[in-house]
Amino acid sequence: MSGIAAAAPAVHAHHDDRSFIRKYIFSTDHKIIGIQFLFVSLFFLFLGGLLAMQIRWQLGYPGRPMPGGGILPETMAPGGVILPEYYIQLVTMHGTFMVFFAIMPLLVGVFANYLIPLKIGAHDMAFPRINMWSFWSAFTGGLVMFASLFVPEGAARAGWTMYAPLSARHDLSGAGLGQELWSISIVLLGLSSILGSLNYITTIINNRTPGMTWFRLPLSVWALFITAILGLLALPVLSGAAIMLLFEQILGTHFFDPAAGGQVLLWQHLFWFFGHPEVYILILPAMGMVSDIVANGSRKPIFGYHSMVFALVGIGFLGWVVWGHHMFMSGMNPTLGSTFMVTTMIISVPSAIKVFNWMGTMWRGNLRFHVPMLNAIGFVAMFVIGGLSGVFMAATPVDMPIHDTYFIVAHIHYVLFGGSLFALFGAITFWYPNMFGKMMNERWGKIHFWLTMLFFNLTFFPMHILGMGGHMRRIYDPTQYNFLKPYQPMNTFITIAAFALFASQLIFALNFILSLRWGKKAPLNPWEDNGLEWTLPTPPPHGNWDRPPTVYRGPYEYSAPQVAEDYLPQAKKLPTDREPAAAPVAGH
Amino acid sequence: MSWWLPLQGSTFAPQIDGLFIAILIITGLAFVIVEAGLIWFVIKYRGRPGRKGHYTHGSAKAEVIWTAIPAVTVVALGLVSNHYWKEIKGRDSIPADAYPIGIHAKQFEWQVTYPGPDGQLGTADDFTVRNQLHVPVGRNIVVVLTSEDVVHSFWVPVLRVKQDAVPGMTIRAWFQATVPGEYELGCAELCGMGHYRMRARVFIHTPAEFTAWMQQQIQGGATS
Repeated sequence: MSGIAAAAPAVHAHHDDRSFIRKYIFSTDHKIIGIQFLFVSLFFLFLGGLLAMQIRWQLGYPGRPMPGGGILPETMAPGGVILPEYYIQLVTMHGTFMVFFAIMPLLVGVFANYLIPLKIGAHDMAFPRINMWSFWSAFTGGLVMFASLFVPEGAARAGWTMYAPLSARHDLSGAGLGQELWSISIVLLGLSSILGSLNYITTIINNRTPGMTWFRLPLSVWALFITAILGLLALPVLSGAAIMLLFEQILGTHFFDPAAGGQVLLWQHLFWFFGHPEVYILILPAMGMVSDIVANGSRKPIFGYHSMVFALVGIGFLGWVVWGHHMFMSGMNPTLGSTFMVTTMIISVPSAIKVFNWMGTMWRGNLRFHVPMLNAIGFVAMFVIGGLSGVFMAATPVDMPIHDTYFIVAHIHYVLFGGSLFALFGAITFWYPNMFGKMMNERWGKIHFWLTMLFFNLTFFPMHILGMGGHMRRIYDPTQYNFLKPYQPMNTFITIAAFALFASQLIFALNFILSLRWGKKAPLNPWEDNGLEWTLPTPPPHGNWDRPPTVYRGPYEYSAPQVAEDYLPQAKKLPTDREPAAAPVAGH
Repeated sequence: MSWWLPLQGSTFAPQIDGLFIAILIITGLAFVIVEAGLIWFVIKYRGRPGRKGHYTHGSAKAEVIWTAIPAVTVVALGLVSNHYWKEIKGRDSIPADAYPIGIHAKQFEWQVTYPGPDGQLGTADDFTVRNQLHVPVGRNIVVVLTSEDVVHSFWVPVLRVKQDAVPGMTIRAWFQATVPGEYELGCAELCGMGHYRMRARVFIHTPAEFTAWMQQQIQGGATS
């Protein structure tokens, strides 16, 4: 026992003799797999953004040739003018790429893989090879989805929600092979998530280092744990539904065809039974990482740690009984509508608890406005708007006019962009030094944050007004309707703001790429954080620790009176600390 | 351009809008509290060198307060909403005297079937008009929605009525129009590449006008 200095990193000294392919391509190292997910999903994030820009062009300037649109084939945009059949592919693939291949893998693929072992003091995932397959399965799925853009008749055309029978029959949608490729890709993605979730759950239960009790887990790990449970139970439903859809498309089964005894609403129930837990898969990890960053940036323990955990667990349960709120107008029995309204109203409570606890954490703090903290505060500020706008559509009578309008588009973007993506900007900046040993540029990070905040709101806030006016989603040309013609200036305004928003993201992309080479070298523990991951050199070596670290306290002991500094790492032994019991599972 | 909700053209439009405004006030209050709080904390507790944060792990009292207040509020909202929901969409809500109009949605048009002089759908004197919905004010109307091919959604903003039309299902939705005029009906559910042009004109007539229009249709039908 070396007393206070016991936190010195104990790392692998042996030479790493894996070949390049084993080390970087077919790697079983959770950190490399996380980084693989990072690069691939950032590509899809960019692609999804490019598709959104084309959607916005058409809505802002209907029927006008798109600048640069000349490179698109005649079947999509002759002379640069977007065709209706291409437009519905755009909305379908924007949603698909963003939900399944950008936000979900960024939150879970990247951060569950990268953070869980490092934050719980494990050498790697419980099943490193399954973990590798999880990445390659998602990668193949992404490749198939990407390829579907280039087949004859182009990509899928039924919206990312793939409502049958439109999605099931080419004669109704005009789509071709792209529709089948969508189903195949989703099955592969589902497989990836199931394998990944199994791994995260097992790792968190079994591989915690001595002293890392359940209530000393960082909230990021708690959130990823609940997310993994949701993923493990929800993705099989999506995969099953996608396989049924594939059978419908290629074998002529009639699961969703009422003329042959099928049920149209069956697809909607299956899809949303997956789809609503999916919504929480897309936000819980963001909430977890924001909790870590807000505590760090406030230099204070997280306010109400146990409430935060119970709120996550509560969402984990309630998330299963709210799917019907996507179907209030579907013709489902209205009494079910009442039931789902009540459950949906109740699920807003845990989210409210989390917001108030983040504010409680900042209260009487000593705030450091580093780039991750700015983005975390941005997350709280924007998530609140997305959460509150959800109350409108939860109230079934109010949902009548706003269902399937731009009000919903505004809502989902406040949650997924204002929420999840701001959290991701914060999280990527926060753990970048750990991943790559370099810091991202602080000044450009701040410029990116402020521009994004401004143009995000200019883009998405007016969509609430459009939705109140009745503007439907997924319509190619709003000027077809007299009642929407007066809104055209607002659509044009939104389009200009969206272009500026997209351009602002190039700052982040450049900062990310250029810092890999030219970034300032990261010091040990650059954010003065308490997490175990910062006791290692950056980037941490394969296998992370030689000897598992020992944990003496919870993750949020900032400004503790026992020490002079305003942080107290989990692995730092004070003279008053006792050694914890042995590892929770023998043979760790 | 309107920055607000469209004209209230049905009997339950004021109820729905009233609920909308109530939720806007409640959520607006929450919004102001949270955003103002954030800005206040960001300014007041900005970091200064040599200072530490206040070392606390939370407060059970605070947790109870900010769990209970949102919980009570949303449950109350749910109860109020459910009252209107049952009146508007409940299975038993459709008035017995409602005048039936059949609407068959197909890619990419609305086939509107009127019951003719006998006031009954499914009889020989029914007649169908493409992409025109004519209804009288002050009378309960029930639209009987069916679909030929894919899911469509019947959406008339001024009436605040939205209801999906689903293949294999017959779905009824009722309303009573209050303001005569010409409006629009749109499809609110992505139904294929012509989704954006699946539009119909909606004519809300005074009773006399409606009778005259009906007469004209019947005679026109008889002469053809």
